[in-house]
Amino acid sequence: MSVAPKNNSSSDDSKALTTSALTKDLISTAIITLLVLIPIVAMKTVIGQGIISIVYRFGMAFALTGIVVGTRLFLHLFVWHKAPSAGSKSTLTSGLKSVSFSETITKYIAPGLLIFALLFPVFTFFHPIWDKRVMDLAVYILIYIMLGWGLNVVVGLAGLLDLGYVAFYAVGAYAYALLSTVYFPQWFGTGILPWAFYITLPVAGLLAATWGVVLGFPVLRLRGDYLAIVTLAFGEMIRLVLVNWFSFTNGPQGISVPKITFFGLPFKDAPGSFSDFFGIQFNRIHFYIFLYYVILTLALITYFVTKRLRRLPIGRAWEALREDEIACRSLGINTTTTKLTAFAIGAMFGGFAGSFFAARQGFVSPESFVYIESALILAIVVLGGLGSQIGIVFSAIAIMGSFELFREMDFMKVVLPSGTEPIQFRMLAVGLAMVLMMRFRPRGFVTKREPTVFLKEKKSVSGDLVAEGHG
Amino acid sequence: MMNWTKDPELQVQHLTMRFGGLTAIGDLSFDAGRKQITALIGPNGAGKTTVFNCITGFYKPTEGMIKLRHPDGKEFLLERMDDFIITQKAKVARTFQNIRLFSGMTLLENLMVAQHNTLMRASGFTIGGIFGSGHFKRAENEAIEKCKYWLNKVNLTERADDAAGDLPYGAQRRLEIARAMCTNPRLLCLDEPAAGLNPRESDELNKLLLSIRDDHNMAILLIEHDMSVVMGISDHIVVLDYGRKIADGTPNEIKNDPAVIRAYLGVEEDENEVAVGSVKVADLVNEGLAVHANVPTRTVPKVSASPKKPVATKTVVKKPAAKKGGRK
Repeated sequence: MSVAPKNNSSSDDSKALTTSALTKDLISTAIITLLVLIPIVAMKTVIGQGIISIVYRFGMAFALTGIVVGTRLFLHLFVWHKAPSAGSKSTLTSGLKSVSFSETITKYIAPGLLIFALLFPVFTFFHPIWDKRVMDLAVYILIYIMLGWGLNVVVGLAGLLDLGYVAFYAVGAYAYALLSTVYFPQWFGTGILPWAFYITLPVAGLLAATWGVVLGFPVLRLRGDYLAIVTLAFGEMIRLVLVNWFSFTNGPQGISVPKITFFGLPFKDAPGSFSDFFGIQFNRIHFYIFLYYVILTLALITYFVTKRLRRLPIGRAWEALREDEIACRSLGINTTTTKLTAFAIGAMFGGFAGSFFAARQGFVSPESFVYIESALILAIVVLGGLGSQIGIVFSAIAIMGSFELFREMDFMKVVLPSGTEPIQFRMLAVGLAMVLMMRFRPRGFVTKREPTVFLKEKKSVSGDLVAEGHG
Repeated sequence: MMNWTKDPELQVQHLTMRFGGLTAIGDLSFDAGRKQITALIGPNGAGKTTVFNCITGFYKPTEGMIKLRHPDGKEFLLERMDDFIITQKAKVARTFQNIRLFSGMTLLENLMVAQHNTLMRASGFTIGGIFGSGHFKRAENEAIEKCKYWLNKVNLTERADDAAGDLPYGAQRRLEIARAMCTNPRLLCLDEPAAGLNPRESDELNKLLLSIRDDHNMAILLIEHDMSVVMGISDHIVVLDYGRKIADGTPNEIKNDPAVIRAYLGVEEDENEVAVGSVKVADLVNEGLAVHANVPTRTVPKVSASPKKPVATKTVVKKPAAKKGGRK
């Protein structure tokens, strides 16, 4: 390794992606784009009643600049600096690149995304017409990011293929629904109802974790396809119980549940509500913004807890389990408890997300927890790159965002045969995207594994060496 | 000279392992002494790895007793314990014939995983670790120091942050030994540690194993085909053939044992006497003719030194090598 770079570095150095060069490139892209966009987009001339006036649309210009910079970053990371496919050079360049690439990821992308996520509701104010839908979409995507991070513990870290993850999402949602509508009024009276979400949240997580362990026990000895089929069956079983146990769950009719409150203050146009308490004009957007921050908090908790767990002995044991179970046992690791904790912790985050989902919808029914949801969450995890948390953010945005995008594609109606809606083609498009993905990036968006501990230098591990797990 | 029977670290008594109708090990008894390197040799399919799998709990023996005796007087009956409990409580560590490293994890991580149980306890079973307890941080630093020590010992400090799968073969073998040592074992079981190593590397391996024995007061149980390693470092050799013990003694005794020679070279029915008399294992070792692992059937190395009398250089009647499927 020490000699080789000298031979090839002269030609490859220029290609290798360094963070400083990347930042420079992105800043200059942003400046050029803004220079172009300010005259064209930011100032729109409007002709009305004989006068030409200018309408300023800086928000839109900034938004477009953001898109341009983001796309360029994406191209830098995933398209332009791909390692050559074969030969001795490939290992060398990928080695050079991997360092700078991982630095980019850890140093800039994660904090950048966090700042963007925190300020996101502010951006939507530039588009007062969209805001409600955009906020709702953002909440929707964040739920799936959180679910992806939860499932990542089971699939990405421990390498156990779980096709029934939606079961725990359902347990969380029904825990909130049943506790808040049936049991809390019975036990504590109706005064507790505005607080129901905050009390149920930990309970829902615990219940889901318990179910994770209960469902984990029978599948401990299973691997690969067998594990996938049994977890798939468990996912369906929970849904069928919800449909058929009419006296307990109200069956397919579902349950109407109280929506989330601002720490006890409901979002309504009425006295004693959030807007009344703070003395501001009632606006539905407050509800969506609050939802957004609640799910953002939950998702960030998931992110930091799983990130931390990965660096603890238990997380390392999960990854070791994915790499080689027999070697794990030879080192004295109890693989039974290791697998069960992975199931339990994954399920717990699923339960939190389910509880939030119920509080957002104000209604739960078994229809929300069909198999396709499990498949989508798994697709998000796989597409993101197994074990990568940042990759999951991108893939959740790509998959869930593209679903919504299809609703907007009115222009597609011109191309499509009459009577068909673009929305009907969304699964087809996702399928196509999956096939392309499998062809070009079979290990997902992020193909490097970050080591959890290092002595001198943090070097990412190439995805080719990382095992996919036993099932 | 039989000093391994006085105070043995490991006692194997009447061990029998049957797979259906096949008796892989039949009534095997031997002792492994403290601070000694005990080599388990025998032709391919003799049942050496099966013995290892019984000792480390990967197989449950059909009959027999395997007792591990710690110097402090604690005794463990290994045939009754689960594989991971054996490593955890009885302190037996092992390596594998086909290397089983966590190839997607770095060298340092591999060694950290080996200290899982210690770190787990220090992290308060994860709860203390999540909230960043100082106790856990100290334990983690100690664990890293230990990793550094063993990385240095196996000459891999420079590559500590590389993926284990990126290492060359010989280094992977060394790393696997270091990983096993990080579990704080009393008994180290090495399954063909010299397989695929070049002479210089197996020389280094010898030094490493001697240092583990002498500096860490370890008992080592070794399966090996490389006679230069076996004869060079072991204090005690047990020879297996078709699952039965055919010889047990010091390297010198084994070199001259007629039964061993018969098992390794094979004899024709009517040339029994001749073969036994003329070629010794010692000669084979001197000729550098080690019987290597992974030879699909039992073959006899060509004896280039011309023996005085015609020796049975033909292969023995081939019995099917006992195939033991790996644990699924």
